[in-house]
Amino acid sequence: MSDLLVVSDLRVTFGGRPNGRAGGRTKSWARRGRTGLVAVDGVSLRVAPEETLAVVGESGSGKTTVARCVVGLQRPDSGSVTFEGRPLGPVGRRPPELQRAVQMVFQDPRSSLNPRMTVAELIGEAWRTHPAAAPAGDRPAALRRVLADVGLDGDVAARRAGDLSGGQCQRVSIARALAVGPRLLVCDEAVSALDVSVQAQILRLLVDLRSSHRLALLFITHDLGVVHQIADRVAVMRGGALVEEGPAGQVLGAPRHEYTRTLLDAALDLGAEA
Amino acid sequence: MGEPLTAPRATTAAPLLRADGLTVDLPAPGGGEPVRVVDGVTFDVPAGTTVGLIGESGSGKTMTALAVIGLLPERAATGGELAWRGENLLRPGTDWHRVRGHEIAMIFQDPLAALNPSLTIGRQVGEILRRAGRPRAEVRRAVADLLDRVGVPDPVRRMDAYPHELSGGLRQRAMIALALAGSPSLLLADEPTTALDVTVQARILRLLRSIQQEQGLAMLLVSHDLRVVAHVADEAVVMYAGRVAERGPAGATLRRPAHPYTRALVASVPAVRTRTALADPLPGAPATPANRPSGCAFHPRCSLARDRCRIEVPRTREVEPGRWSACHFAEEVIGS
Repeated sequence: MSDLLVVSDLRVTFGGRPNGRAGGRTKSWARRGRTGLVAVDGVSLRVAPEETLAVVGESGSGKTTVARCVVGLQRPDSGSVTFEGRPLGPVGRRPPELQRAVQMVFQDPRSSLNPRMTVAELIGEAWRTHPAAAPAGDRPAALRRVLADVGLDGDVAARRAGDLSGGQCQRVSIARALAVGPRLLVCDEAVSALDVSVQAQILRLLVDLRSSHRLALLFITHDLGVVHQIADRVAVMRGGALVEEGPAGQVLGAPRHEYTRTLLDAALDLGAEA
Repeated sequence: MGEPLTAPRATTAAPLLRADGLTVDLPAPGGGEPVRVVDGVTFDVPAGTTVGLIGESGSGKTMTALAVIGLLPERAATGGELAWRGENLLRPGTDWHRVRGHEIAMIFQDPLAALNPSLTIGRQVGEILRRAGRPRAEVRRAVADLLDRVGVPDPVRRMDAYPHELSGGLRQRAMIALALAGSPSLLLADEPTTALDVTVQARILRLLRSIQQEQGLAMLLVSHDLRVVAHVADEAVVMYAGRVAERGPAGATLRRPAHPYTRALVASVPAVRTRTALADPLPGAPATPANRPSGCAFHPRCSLARDRCRIEVPRTREVEPGRWSACHFAEEVIGS
């Protein structure tokens, strides 16, 4: 099967001049020749259509930076990101159809939605940005459909984001992404900030949407338990590099890399004793 | 039967801390009726045991913890009893300077926010000792000893470091050392590992467990994470919308819940090592005290809810020896 998303040999450094490379973006405060922090160091990933790839790692592993490169919020020093063979540059330079194809759901829905905007305005904004995805006819009906897709009542449309619960906000974020017809959803810790009983709802929603909307998911998380529930494949990152990648059952059931084993040993289960 | 009637068990002695019908009212943000954010909470913390206080947002777990350490917002009104060694901490005139840090010490969630960024670790850990008038050299020795006990490597050098110079795990260890400096009998830990990476979390939990056991400390562990509570707590108290849903020994509570809310929480915890199906999620969002449903606050999300649950607030009752549940149909939940 041909891949939807291909990330190859991605490298990102912060706060310095990339070693030995001319033309790297050098901030005035960066000393000449100083090597920055290597956040992502030669990472390659593939996501097939309708596949879920989970990227797991601890803080500083570079998993979020990879996600930001995929959605075009971070420019890599080298390496490439392609979508169906077409290069994905910074988000502002992407052709509209590629912008729409790759959408992101952030960790904290309360800070990623303007609290003073109504749900209808938030989703209308997505349609204004991408007129090609906007419904041709009856907007209120289209809005109700999008909200129903994420399990929200139509009457939520008139409410402000600031008045919604955390779970409802995350549903609105997902609805806003869905409204423009994405093929790949990049979820950066999309359930970490939610209450435990609400996490399960959002995971279930993502799994359902994946099949109903034929979505591929790039799921960034630190929680191995979540990985097992929704991912087909998993990539484990540490210190900017990929340490292990494979089918979720295999990587978590019989890890080959020592770091994956360390992560698994540290992860808590209900019942087991520390 | 075999037990002699004249020898009561040691556990019948007064616990270190007893919350009895504790209530906390906060003024509503826009005026109007105060909101009862903690509504009749009862539980014991016996000496030397770890009690896990479990809840989601709006459950009242943090307000309960703040009441225990006397850090409620000034406009909060309290009721019921919070007895520390039999003495009610809620009565006016409680000498918190004698209690806080010396009897009850707190470990906060985010050490970077809780520690003073402009003072060295050693100065902060040693503050309570210095205030007690101990000589400088002795304080330094004691601080190095404390840092060593919580697993900070090279403590003599690290005590001159500022919080930002340490990793998240070391900062949390420093805060534990700070809490231990006053030789408290109860450690209050509010989400002590939530801000940490998984590998660090496991080490900090092991440290807390060993400190608690070696020194016979009691610990009140506030967490939304059932896995953390399962690992360190002897007793569990599950809170929902400001009330106790159920309480009892942690193992039994999490293995065979006596409240449908606990059961749903347990079902939503994914297993790490084996592939589990996604649990059927609970509908809706956690109820908040400001918007508490009638009768049993959990009834709109409960699959067992009947008419009685919508009308009658369940009384907390002992459903098995040592296990208390606030569900009208607790026996049905345990049995299923």
